[in-house]
Amino acid sequence: MSEQQTENPLRDAIVEAIKENEVILFMKGTPEAPACGFSMRTVQAVQATGASFAAVDILPDPRIRQELSAVSNWPTIPQLFVNGEFIGGCDIVTEMYESGELHEALGVETPAPGDNTGVSDPAASAPMGIENRLG
Amino acid sequence: MPTTDEIKQRIEASIPDSRAEVEDWTGGGDHFRATVVSPAFSGLSRIQQHKLVMDVFAGEIGGSIHAFSVKTQTP
Repeated sequence: MSEQQTENPLRDAIVEAIKENEVILFMKGTPEAPACGFSMRTVQAVQATGASFAAVDILPDPRIRQELSAVSNWPTIPQLFVNGEFIGGCDIVTEMYESGELHEALGVETPAPGDNTGVSDPAASAPMGIENRLG
Repeated sequence: MPTTDEIKQRIEASIPDSRAEVEDWTGGGDHFRATVVSPAFSGLSRIQQHKLVMDVFAGEIGGSIHAFSVKTQTP
């Protein structure tokens, strides 16, 4: 912790992006064209809640991943942040989606229990594109 | 390249009183899925629980272990 003065514009930019976007997903590829199955499952879960989110493709520069993991202290991609807080990667986000916690974390209405048969499959459940932003 | 048995043993040796089930997700020896049950998870957030398991393989995830999926439970 002695190198506080070291300039690290990339890390600063990542920290800034996490701060400025209520919901931000760092992933491999883009929401339209995920480049990894884990990123795909995660982005589908987030999309299925209907929440708006920002997405960052970490693939163009390997340093993004390096700096991101240093910031979050989490080794793998994808990584989801909500209100500046690290929520989790694919496993955690998928688990939270299935239990309805993800809706809660993202500030969107949780689907009524019992009347949603496709909850275990983010791609198939919940109408997409509902704008229901915080604040 | 680690085997599912090795991964299971390393998890069980590192996390107190844990039982782990490990499967090779793709059959390629580098995508693993682990379900770990341990009383050590109680009181921890999900992130902390998963971190406990992933820390056993620090440095290997993203390297020789391409992907590592975790599910944690308390007994």
